Amino acid sequence: MAVDTKNPAPATGGSSMATGPERLWPYLLLGIVLGIVFTRSEVVSWFRIQEMFRFQALHMYGIIGSAVGVGAVSVWLIKKLGLRSLTDRPMEIPEDRFQAPGTQYWAGGTAFGLGWGLMGACPGPIYVLIGNGVTVMIVAFLSALAGVWTYGALRHRLPHS
Amino acid sequence: MEFLTRPWPWYVAGPVIGLTVPLVYLYAGRKWGVSSTFRDVCAATFPRNLEYFSYSWRESGGWRLTMAVGLVIGGLIAGLTGPSEVMISEATRADLSALGITDFGGLMPSEIFSWAGLATPAGVILIVVGGFLVGFGTRYANGCTSGHAISGLSALRVTSFVAVLGFFAGGLIATHLLLPLILGGGS
Repeated sequence: MAVDTKNPAPATGGSSMATGPERLWPYLLLGIVLGIVFTRSEVVSWFRIQEMFRFQALHMYGIIGSAVGVGAVSVWLIKKLGLRSLTDRPMEIPEDRFQAPGTQYWAGGTAFGLGWGLMGACPGPIYVLIGNGVTVMIVAFLSALAGVWTYGALRHRLPHS
Repeated sequence: MEFLTRPWPWYVAGPVIGLTVPLVYLYAGRKWGVSSTFRDVCAATFPRNLEYFSYSWRESGGWRLTMAVGLVIGGLIAGLTGPSEVMISEATRADLSALGITDFGGLMPSEIFSWAGLATPAGVILIVVGGFLVGFGTRYANGCTSGHAISGLSALRVTSFVAVLGFFAGGLIATHLLLPLILGGGS
């Protein structure tokens, strides 16, 4: 059966799942679960990130690799089966798989990597570390906001493609 | 319940993190990513007529801002219920000791990642400069470890692959060239 992602089926339609408006509490729950997982698996630890960039343990590579594996199979299945979202919002799965990677990806990526290597935390872990009581990461958060704001201000002068 | 208070192996944590991608798609079709929340906060507090921050952050970002609040709460719960010492490899411990790190008792080395540490040159560079680069880089590259490394690679995107190569290039430079200069130590 062809699934039209642009026009949600009418209430009488063939969708087997009950649909409803998007709520916020599932995202709060997801964040709490991820905050616990990120802490227990120690991906929020500066020490673990150092271990990764020194190639001295499998841990972080195992986490990223298995996460991507599970994610890739899931995305493939969602596309293959033409699944729709519970709230009937369209799937925002990127379709531009072979888009040529412009300057922004390697230049921005390297800038991010420099920060990741120094600070030992990417955006998710910044939030989780604040919760864990490493309150000085509030400064890291504010500094990241300043970086994002600077990008927003300089955007037109930076090479992207 | 002991399972919840002990460190988790990678083969448990990785798949759970990976499942976030289809869960968020199947709930509302949204592409999972965390760093866009920084843009949302800028748009909400200090947009200053910049085009990049002129969008409906409530509609585009309400979901992920809520998730970010959850991340803080999850971190709080985990911090109160579990151990904080990270059992890194002996080789890493030796390398970091040579750089002058002495406190291995928490998630982060407290001599740098604390309010007292922030008053030192190393603390300023690692926390303030590091944070700035993470924020700037993630928006320039249009994604971070969640948006590019997990969601983007899951969709098999070339652009995400290049961005992740950049993440590692930058991280290797920071670890092997910059940290020895910043932390003194070195061999």
